[in-house]
Amino acid sequence: MTAMILSRRGFLAGSGGFVLAMTLPLRGRAQQAAGPLAPNAFVRVAGDDTVTVIVKHLEMGQGANTGLPVLVAEEMDAEWSQMRADSAPADPAYKNLVFGVQGTGGSLGLANSYTQMRQAGAAARAMLVAAAAARWGVSPQEITVAKGVVSHEGSGRSATFGELAGDAAGQPVPVDMPLKDPAAFTLVGREGLHRTDGRAKSDGSAQFTLDVYREGMEVVAMVHPPQFGATVARVDDTAAMAVPGVRAVRQVPSGIAVYARDTFAALKGRSAVAAEWDTSQAETRSSDEMEAAWLEAARNPASPKVVEERGDVDRALAGAAQVVEAEYVFPYLAHAAMEPEDGVIERRGDRAEVWMGSQFQGADHPTIAGILGLAPENVRLNTMFAGGSFGRRATQAADTAQELAHVARAAGGDGAWKLMWTRENDIRGGRYRPLTVHNLRAGIDAEGNLTAWDNVVANQSIMMGTPFEDMAVRDGIDPTSFEGSNELPYDIPAGRLRWQRMESAVPILWWRSVGHTHTAYAVETFLDQVLGAAGKDPVEGRLALIRDARPRDRAVLERVAEMAGWSGPGTGDRRLGVAMARSFGSFVAQIAEVEERGGLPHVTRVWCAVDCGVAVTPDVIRAQMEGGIGMGIGTALHSEITLGENGIVRQSNYDGFRVPRIADMPRVEVSILDSTADPTGVGEPGLPPAAPAMANAWRSLTGTLPRRLPFAAATS
Amino acid sequence: MATNFTVNGREVSVEADPETPLLWVLRDELRLTGTKFGCGVAQCGACTVLLDGMSRRSCVTPVGTLDGAEVTTIEAIDGPEAQAVQAAWVEIDVPQCGYCQSGQVMSATALLRTLPKPTDEEIDQAMGGNICRCATYARIRRAIRQASDNLEA
Repeated sequence: MTAMILSRRGFLAGSGGFVLAMTLPLRGRAQQAAGPLAPNAFVRVAGDDTVTVIVKHLEMGQGANTGLPVLVAEEMDAEWSQMRADSAPADPAYKNLVFGVQGTGGSLGLANSYTQMRQAGAAARAMLVAAAAARWGVSPQEITVAKGVVSHEGSGRSATFGELAGDAAGQPVPVDMPLKDPAAFTLVGREGLHRTDGRAKSDGSAQFTLDVYREGMEVVAMVHPPQFGATVARVDDTAAMAVPGVRAVRQVPSGIAVYARDTFAALKGRSAVAAEWDTSQAETRSSDEMEAAWLEAARNPASPKVVEERGDVDRALAGAAQVVEAEYVFPYLAHAAMEPEDGVIERRGDRAEVWMGSQFQGADHPTIAGILGLAPENVRLNTMFAGGSFGRRATQAADTAQELAHVARAAGGDGAWKLMWTRENDIRGGRYRPLTVHNLRAGIDAEGNLTAWDNVVANQSIMMGTPFEDMAVRDGIDPTSFEGSNELPYDIPAGRLRWQRMESAVPILWWRSVGHTHTAYAVETFLDQVLGAAGKDPVEGRLALIRDARPRDRAVLERVAEMAGWSGPGTGDRRLGVAMARSFGSFVAQIAEVEERGGLPHVTRVWCAVDCGVAVTPDVIRAQMEGGIGMGIGTALHSEITLGENGIVRQSNYDGFRVPRIADMPRVEVSILDSTADPTGVGEPGLPPAAPAMANAWRSLTGTLPRRLPFAAATS
Repeated sequence: MATNFTVNGREVSVEADPETPLLWVLRDELRLTGTKFGCGVAQCGACTVLLDGMSRRSCVTPVGTLDGAEVTTIEAIDGPEAQAVQAAWVEIDVPQCGYCQSGQVMSATALLRTLPKPTDEEIDQAMGGNICRCATYARIRRAIRQASDNLEA
């Protein structure tokens, strides 16, 4: 393929807007933030009064570039309109205070930044005040700051941040500044603050990794093995090299890299590669076979770990008036973020620069430096906006960073390369939500009381055998496998949770809300069924079971029942269902209104009550609840990854791997509970209750409850 | 063989394999990167542009078919509908990750140009080909209704 724009010069000369679009991708975004006042790694005050917050967390949609600047602005007493956000490059100064290295996950972005960002803002404010005091010859105690203006009432003087920034830079940087009493907050919790990235994301100017173009850059497409665990045995690149524009075909540890002058040539070259694979270590089972093995393991676990046990469950079940049993199957799921995995790397001598929507800079950066044999300080990693992630851009072994570095290493010498996965690479690329089976039994006594709860979970471990094992795994138990099935809010006399670890070469990963993607569905639909068997109302029954020690669970359930005007599931063509889940420190209860459409549930409305501590950015919280609800419902309706004969993934694009679309989206009403507790996560907690709330309404409407997801597969 | 057409009002002449999708001409050659790659098979709508005023998936539009055509991308979309849509997008804070939103804005603009007062059902139908993995769909509906109301006012 040869593509050439003959009138390019004239084209570019014609419009300032185009020139802007051309030049922006050539710069690292984080390099743009500069200003005379730079009191710490997080705040830059420029002469034009803008305050730029260097955001240490990846902006992947969850609102990091809005939430963190709100905290800084609050303590600076800045005006929201003067705030800007820039993504931090890889640097130890930007570590996640919970992880100990730089990275975004666990819905911890705001939680671990809450004090740190406020201190960063308070320090900047103190320096501006000190500069004003020195300039005006007054006491700093007499100076006030409001809406980005520093004032001295006695002398009637005032100055903006920008006017003081130069002087303030000469002031000593204070440490351990006292922070505001939350009761005095003016920006935290305020309605009407717009996202810092909303405009750029509505006019096409926001810069993602895929938008980075470097001089002489080659585009690299990947051929990956057709089965998980397979490796390259033999490559025939004759046909690929014959594609005009293809420059090279190289083997790298993860597969075969096709280097080309432009994207279309790379894609054509990719299709033309002929390869043979060594499948001796590959997963060759179909997912049907795996599912059968998982089911059997959950029925008769061979080597279960007891996660929780209280009372004598076996005895309680044996003595129950009624025993309810159920098995659930949750399929593998791809994250399928809209921007496929990608990265740009430029190597010049002993230095390299990288552009990535890195969710785990603390692993990606040293991985790249190590593979290229470069000193880490000579590798700059620019964090770009990520076109979604849902966990996919943070992998245990920095997979994409590895592949990108190997692409550069295999090319040899200086140059610039853009690695771009196709959607097929992504859907068939593994790192899935684990295939999971739940086996559940409950006992009810003659009075309708829930007396026993027995749960076995069978799935692969996300953490074991990875660099995260030491941090996350205790006594051979990986909590991400069953989180949400343990520490139930419900007071049940006898309870037991066991986990059976399963093994496969299918690579798995955290997927938005991790274990809660399946535990909330299993627990909340099974409980609903059990309450029904005991003749109890879903809301009243839950309220009666919630322990006194869990008042926040109780409060969100009471709030959502009030919002929906709950008086039972209803009797007509539209039914209500309820579910609740605590995840990532936040409490969420939801009620879904469901009707039948084409043999499947159609959710018309969802009411959602959330307690996430101090609500720093209420509209971002609402947006995350809405998105979590849409993703939770639509995934349960449509999405699954299955492995066919020989372990080959059947789905390859959005036609086979179906994801939520606009028609799946209900109206959503969100109520945020007042709280003075430190803020907790919102990126993930909106998702877990949505599907079980829908399923509970569906059971009320139809008497059936799909126990193998997705719904569409169960009914087809 | 060169293909001659206009992009955002400028004449371009593209000498390329006629099979080359318009998407890659826009991005790799013209560096109009607001139009995104999402699937390559017209399943997601991230690559939506206007072709002679109609919304079109640029990832499956061969450049060789474009002689004399007028292409408009997110960088230059204009007119009352586009302005109303983009203003509503910002006002309602529709975007989350933002990657699909160029395509959403293009489809929403095309919708309001043909159907100034769409019902929710018509919105769902017209926007059904645009995936938003963040599921900002409720706000997309709200923003389209608001843009429609503002156009009428």
